[in-house]
Amino acid sequence: MSRGKNDIVEDDGTSDRRARALKLRALAALASVHDPEIPVLTIADLGVLRDVRIEGEKVEAVITPTYSGCPAMNMIAVEADLALEKAGFSERKITTVLSPAWTTDWMSDEGRAKLLRHGIAPPPRSSSRAGLFGKEALLCPRCGSAEVERISEFGSTACKALWRCKACREPFDHFKCI
Amino acid sequence: MHEDPLFLYTLRLADTALINGHRLSEWCGHAPVLEEELALANLSLDLIGEARALYAYAGEVEGKGRDEDALAYLRDVASYRNILMVERPNGDFGQTIMRQFLLSAFMHPFWEAMSGSRDATLSAIAAKAVKETAYHLRHCGEWTMRLGDGTPESHRRMAEALEEEWPYTGELFETDRVEHDLIASGVAVDPASLRERFDTTLKRVLAEATLARPPAGWMQTGGRQGRHSEHLGHVLAELQYLQRAYPGATW
Repeated sequence: MSRGKNDIVEDDGTSDRRARALKLRALAALASVHDPEIPVLTIADLGVLRDVRIEGEKVEAVITPTYSGCPAMNMIAVEADLALEKAGFSERKITTVLSPAWTTDWMSDEGRAKLLRHGIAPPPRSSSRAGLFGKEALLCPRCGSAEVERISEFGSTACKALWRCKACREPFDHFKCI
Repeated sequence: MHEDPLFLYTLRLADTALINGHRLSEWCGHAPVLEEELALANLSLDLIGEARALYAYAGEVEGKGRDEDALAYLRDVASYRNILMVERPNGDFGQTIMRQFLLSAFMHPFWEAMSGSRDATLSAIAAKAVKETAYHLRHCGEWTMRLGDGTPESHRRMAEALEEEWPYTGELFETDRVEHDLIASGVAVDPASLRERFDTTLKRVLAEATLARPPAGWMQTGGRQGRHSEHLGHVLAELQYLQRAYPGATW
């Protein structure tokens, strides 16, 4: 279900060239929208951007929240709208959908690499029930040690947990599997 | 009552989520340690997020132009349909944890079942909520074990909390006329079908916590019909203050 930028470009019947060009322009603009709470990630990295639809001159961006109460969603919608306006779209619509429910599986490889560089342990690959409740095999994003322990299930944002490395003693955030 | 059953059903879920979330948010600045401060605020946020989605849908079903804010801020006590458990004062940390554990032990299988609802919107809301509630259940379950099987003092407090909260668990399993058709048509969840999962979770966690399940007995009721305790008015006074004092205020 991962939908990277390329999937969004390729997947619909946008056959005519003008619509395709508009869609690419919209995607480029939306690629500049970052998660206000984890600014290293764009909404495309996160998988929060689900679709871009072009109809004539109109553009619609479809987004989905990570968590039900994610307070960043309003800001993401405003910034996405602003980015599309700057890109020259006068008729814009930002639609929020709940289904299918967002999962950390949608996070791009690029997104995972960015998180790691930023000192946040990325979510495990599978958000199956085993992933949610099994032993999580985490590595310290700073020193790479597997000697880590959970401090708290909940962290500074809804999507993160607090962990600590027993080797380098540094605390770190972990992007939770959901 | 002439309200649309689907509206009332959704409203009951929304009110329960909102009041539960609001109560948990009262821990901000008061939790025993920083990590629990963050944890309770996170739980609260999930619940208020779920409430927003449910209110938005309830407003749509009702079709009278009420949006999520109108439903949350502009109804008084007697119009609220949350279960009584969530309006009770927080008590100490252990009591809040016990209450949230009992609720989550029910809500986790509830949302799981609801994600298979024939109603596409309720199913979508549930599919998100079930993943969040899994974390709530694990967190509160672990604290229940830790405190129940902790010091004599923490054990005593958890045993008291369980005894106090227990009569409020009955409402979780209630159904009434409003819901029967919705259950029959696969829109609503029959809470009786969740009893086994609830009992299994309790058995496992309470055993680890060295706490005894209270015997079956008389249960509190009324919240889902709009008959509330004296506490809900105080919750709403704070929750609704801004919209009542400055009608239509926005960010």
